[in-house]
Amino acid sequence: MSIFADASTRLLVQGITGREGSFHARQMLEYGTNIVAGVTPGKGGQRFDDKVPVFDTVADAVEATGANTTVIYVPPMSAAAAIVEAADAAIPMIVCITEGIPVMHMSRTMPFVRSRGVRLIGPNCPGLITPGARAKVGIIPGNICAPGRVGLVSRSGTLTYEVVNHLTRAGIGQSTCVGIGGDPIIGTNFIDCLRAFQEDAGTDAIVMIGEIGGTDEQNAAQFVKTRVTKPVVGFIAGQTAPKGRRMGHAGAIISGSSGTAEEKLAAFEAAGIGIMRRPVDVIEQLRKRM
Amino acid sequence: MNIHEYQARALLKAQGIPMLDGDVASTPTEAEAIARRLGGAVVIKAQVHAGGRGKAGGVRLARGPGEALDHAAEILGMQIKGLTVQKVLVVPAAEIASESYLGLIMDRETQRPVFMVSAAGGVDIEEVAQQTPEKIVRLAVDPTYGLFPHQALRLAFGLYRDFAQVKAAARIMEQLYAAFVANGASLAEINPLVTTPDGRVLALDAKIVIDDNELFWRPDLGLLRDETAEQPSEAAARRANLSFIKLDGDVGCVVNGAGLAMATMDLVKYYGGEPANFLDIGGSSSPEKVINALKIITADPHVKAILFNIFGGITRTDDVANGIVAATRQFKVKVPIVIRLTGTNEAEAIRVLNEVGMTALSDMDDAVARVVQLAKEAA
Repeated sequence: MSIFADASTRLLVQGITGREGSFHARQMLEYGTNIVAGVTPGKGGQRFDDKVPVFDTVADAVEATGANTTVIYVPPMSAAAAIVEAADAAIPMIVCITEGIPVMHMSRTMPFVRSRGVRLIGPNCPGLITPGARAKVGIIPGNICAPGRVGLVSRSGTLTYEVVNHLTRAGIGQSTCVGIGGDPIIGTNFIDCLRAFQEDAGTDAIVMIGEIGGTDEQNAAQFVKTRVTKPVVGFIAGQTAPKGRRMGHAGAIISGSSGTAEEKLAAFEAAGIGIMRRPVDVIEQLRKRM
Repeated sequence: MNIHEYQARALLKAQGIPMLDGDVASTPTEAEAIARRLGGAVVIKAQVHAGGRGKAGGVRLARGPGEALDHAAEILGMQIKGLTVQKVLVVPAAEIASESYLGLIMDRETQRPVFMVSAAGGVDIEEVAQQTPEKIVRLAVDPTYGLFPHQALRLAFGLYRDFAQVKAAARIMEQLYAAFVANGASLAEINPLVTTPDGRVLALDAKIVIDDNELFWRPDLGLLRDETAEQPSEAAARRANLSFIKLDGDVGCVVNGAGLAMATMDLVKYYGGEPANFLDIGGSSSPEKVINALKIITADPHVKAILFNIFGGITRTDDVANGIVAATRQFKVKVPIVIRLTGTNEAEAIRVLNEVGMTALSDMDDAVARVVQLAKEAA
């Protein structure tokens, strides 16, 4: 009745004793998430808040607790190594919250992640939440979400909260909300989430929140057109953003487009995606289609 | 992070990429001296973080030191896309037999560094890409192994017939890849890569963009930053750890999160206003960040009203409220402020604001409509 996280989620928190990790581990526990282990090298054997066992390595944690999902809150310079460690321990669902990872680290990390057949969400993302299972993996505030049947996928953080908040206040609950992250190289894209929502019996409609830059939204629109039968509504942030003082030509050459809001909205329109001009329009657009 | 051509040249030269001797000048007399040292005709090139320099008149040919002095005097201080030219590069004018394009970029789609190579190089390369994309050859490099010699050779065979030139170009591609990796680049470009009538292969231009995320652990790269080449307000924002872009409108915006900040600008426009800036205070806010944000925004005389749009998740809305109150105590904010906040510690935030007679709205549309109206009334 959801994607990527549900009642069977057994969560590991990498960096659980750090400033960010400990704060958000408490928030996730409070929400009801089943956190089974934490990892901080050198602090194995301790217990986090007298509850969660802490291990030195991911492999130890998985062996002892059967963790099947991990969320990473380690600093940027070691975050890619943390992703690799989780993939090497064959954790099938890896969620990396960390912002500021050098893109070359991610370019080197992704082939390894794929070779292990595991899913990475992020980095530089708010994670995901399945309200119906009280499963929160990341930093999306639990109190603005409600259980329901609308799936949401977004490149943003706080803009996601804004839209989720509108949904919940209008009485429209969510199956799962996923933040895929805003970095150039991410593990899971819009299409991966659209495919999962399309196959999920607990999702009736999908909200997509994109941004300017790149071509992921255009590819996703093409996928919606051919493969998604459920209603989809979408928003693109940055319709008024200025064209950057771009140096070099390679960016425009590689994509064949500059990733403007107009291009993306046109692709949405052509795919029959309901266009939200404002975040609040999510309600009207969904009601028209459900 | 953008760096200048003369800095990118130094990084490419460090890898052994052949290029003509040259030097950078900040005054016309320095340019004249460099031209005299180089001898013969020289090209004076504006050093500015903007594309289309040539088309804007920022690149000129000088037949000798005297003309170099005159041209440098004209180019220095020139405005190109809103940026003032502070330095010029002086290089010998090369005789050119052919112009090619070499680019290397971190590609979102393949998630790898991708080489783009074209025999149709020069200033119109983007047009070439749009109209005759088949003239651009691409190759995704596996970063685990780097660029293999046979890959470089194959790309180079696409450029030249002469085998000596092919080998020279292949070597340059390997060196360009090395420079890309060594300097944490997200883009490295040589346009044009030229052949001279006597058969040499040379890089005539160099562009490198450094991945901002590398700067944290590569302070040596951070030293390449030229703050005088940036908008002063943007440099101040960066020092305060704020993500800021100045725009032309009159509604100042302070928002947490880049997506919400862009959506806020869009909404300002939707309600008939014009945003004065993009400003993301980031996730973990502190009152100091809010004070710095207000300082930067109020320094812009065009700003007629200011909007705070805060959705508290990690950001504690009471931190933002305390920052607003502290800022208004430190300095007088002469324009109206509209505050929208909701989420973490909202009740405490509202209490803090109410104590000093300020109020907050909880709905984004209400707040944006209100600030647009106030800006119009003040205009």
